[in-house]
Amino acid sequence: MIPELGHFALILAALVSLILGTLPMIGAHTNRQAWIAVARPAATALAMLVTFSFACLTQAFVANDFSVVYVAQHSNSLLPIEYRVAGVWGGHEGSLLLWILMLTWWAFLVAVFSRELPDAMVARVLGTLGLVGCGFLLFILLTSNPFERLLPGAAEGRDLNPLLQDPGLVIHPPLLYMGYVGFSVAYAFAIAALLSGKLDAAWARWSRPWTMAAWIFLTLGIAMGSWWAYYELGWGGWWFWDPVENASFMPWLIGTALIHSLAVTEKRGSFKNWTVLLAISAFSLSLLGTFLVRSGVLTSVHAFATDPRRGIFILIFLVAVIGASLTLFAARAPKVGLGGRFGLVSRESLLLTNNVLLVVACATVLLGTLYPLLIDALGAGKISVGPPYFNAVFVPVMSPILFLMGIAPFARWKDASIADIAKAVKWALAIGVIVAIALPLVYGQWYALTALGLFFAAWIVATAILNFIERVQHTRTGRSFLATALSQPRSFFGMHLAHIGIAVFVIGVTMVSSYQDEKDVKLAPGQSVDVAGYHFTFNGVKAVEGPNYVAAQGDFDLVVDGKFVRKMNPEKRNYHSSAMPMTEASIDAGLLRDVYVSLGEPIDRDKPEGEWAVRVYYKPFVDWIWGGCVLMSLGGLIAMLDRRYRVKARAATQVPAGAQQA
Amino acid sequence: MKSRHKKLALIGGALAVIGIIAALVLNALNSNIALYITPTEVAAGKAPQGKLFRIGGLVKEGSIQRQADGVTIAFIITDTAKDIPVAYKGILPDLFKEGKGAVAQGKLNESGTFVATEVLAKHDENYMPPEAAQAISDAQAGMSANKHVSPSSAEAAKAGN
Repeated sequence: MIPELGHFALILAALVSLILGTLPMIGAHTNRQAWIAVARPAATALAMLVTFSFACLTQAFVANDFSVVYVAQHSNSLLPIEYRVAGVWGGHEGSLLLWILMLTWWAFLVAVFSRELPDAMVARVLGTLGLVGCGFLLFILLTSNPFERLLPGAAEGRDLNPLLQDPGLVIHPPLLYMGYVGFSVAYAFAIAALLSGKLDAAWARWSRPWTMAAWIFLTLGIAMGSWWAYYELGWGGWWFWDPVENASFMPWLIGTALIHSLAVTEKRGSFKNWTVLLAISAFSLSLLGTFLVRSGVLTSVHAFATDPRRGIFILIFLVAVIGASLTLFAARAPKVGLGGRFGLVSRESLLLTNNVLLVVACATVLLGTLYPLLIDALGAGKISVGPPYFNAVFVPVMSPILFLMGIAPFARWKDASIADIAKAVKWALAIGVIVAIALPLVYGQWYALTALGLFFAAWIVATAILNFIERVQHTRTGRSFLATALSQPRSFFGMHLAHIGIAVFVIGVTMVSSYQDEKDVKLAPGQSVDVAGYHFTFNGVKAVEGPNYVAAQGDFDLVVDGKFVRKMNPEKRNYHSSAMPMTEASIDAGLLRDVYVSLGEPIDRDKPEGEWAVRVYYKPFVDWIWGGCVLMSLGGLIAMLDRRYRVKARAATQVPAGAQQA
Repeated sequence: MKSRHKKLALIGGALAVIGIIAALVLNALNSNIALYITPTEVAAGKAPQGKLFRIGGLVKEGSIQRQADGVTIAFIITDTAKDIPVAYKGILPDLFKEGKGAVAQGKLNESGTFVATEVLAKHDENYMPPEAAQAISDAQAGMSANKHVSPSSAEAAKAGN
């Protein structure tokens, strides 16, 4: 009964979303207040209906209702409760429902936190979100219904994919989807602005905190996925340039460009068309990502067994969204003013360069991801584009971005002088060069790429500090340094914190790719292996029992400089419900390095108490990669909470929009 | 005039940067593409020498052998028509199994063994990499064609592909 209620709620939700997508839009166009007023209640009702439906599916998982096909395929009565809940989004249908849930919540939040916005604007934003929601609700109802029944019901479920039975998975998809779907809000704002013809600074200011929120979630979601791959897959890597990883990384790159472009649009009124185009692109790439993951056109670790109808539906939806958006853009863009002019060297021009480089970076990722599909579609054979391509392209494209990141905060809006900037950053340059020359020598071998990475990291941190000091000195007017420092706007703190996050990330990537060490060896009980000064002694394997698996648990002693540090217990698990073995690595994490042990296979399958193939890793600074992402998100959060988004947003509604154009 | 010069400088600079980037990207792409080649094609000598490529197919039943060092593994990838011996040093992914689909990346050595640098993993035991599935269906189509035509004309037909 409950699954039917959930299904029914979804059908109702599709109807409500259709109403939300049409009435308020027409109302805003024809200026009918009653129709405009439908937007907020409809968005609220939509969110409630989808939440109810989601709760129904969760209930089916918690209650082990194996008469629902989706539950029977992705759960098991032995599965611990937390993974039964996470199992809701462990497969295609449920994760799509989660997508829709997030979308309707975003719309609901916009409905609640938009009191300062003109009603017609809100109607258009919510209407756009309603249309997007309608597309996805039709998709789930027509091709991927999670409530489909299995008659007669199964006695036992097939179990959740063991890889997904992990705390990381409980958080990774929701975070990532919040980010993906969050760009729909930026997109809806852009479409609403195009429809109304009012692309002004006020629009940019409204749009900024929402875009920032989506970006924060996406950053954390990607970082979480990377971390999960690192510790759960047991391959020791943190990024594989897998097509599905790329699918999440492309919206991130464009989203990052969008945040910076919105800053220019808000402060100077320039780049309006460009900003709108980025907002459309960010969301389109999110949809493209969904298509790539869900259609099964790619060979990927994320690929699910697929149904071709799904791919076609998303493809049509994707084409419709992009086509309609670009048509609207083409019709409206020529009427949008150019905004403030700026000089060849100015904060605007530097941010423009940042934008162009980020878009180029995204285009290269897109090329590498879609090229194999294109070649295959043309019948020219099957190919794959490997990580070396992405690495070869990314370093040269990202290097100028990292360099400009240090300079741009010093550049004035409108017109800046190269001499002034050079004077301001000369010490940072010196520090960067010293670090680049010295630090790799301290650590071991000196490599040019290592030096380059460390130079950028030092450069970004040093320029951030110098810029902070300069700004405080300029705004002091008699107060103490500390008081002035603390009174700086939050967006300023946020920016530098996020940039320092990039520096931390760069250090992590540089160090781990330069100085990591790994060994694959055969070990008999009592034997040991050394990697980078870490001594691992293998004491054998014993059988342990988990809630829904049995595991061979290895027992290792980690010894450094003759001193016992800790026991490490990697596992090789066999889940009862599937024939799939699972490697659980054991990681000793530290600020400056991780050491990592994982069990391969017993050399002789019939003698698990004997020799094993074992892999050990030494990973310097690897945790800085994710630490950097956390700092970036934190910086974004602080910037998002800047006072002006609340205070000035109110003021902006009272000033006629035309006045912003000046 | 001044602003016109500025514009020209901007456009020229942008074009130069785009040109450099395009050259960079195409070069990187060109040198990092790995072709998928089926075991039948490898057996027919169509595999590039000394260049990285990928093969897909099934891991032949009973073919996995571990060398004395414990971490070098030999197995056979088959598309049910032709078998290709593969050597790999390292830890195999969890879902690598005899009788299941697999994709490996590497080079062919002089003795005709495919030396894999990477064996690709998958996340789902029921998932078959499309390339492996393709290789098998191609091979089976080829074999059923062989039943009706003489071997020599089948070879000719394949060469024409």
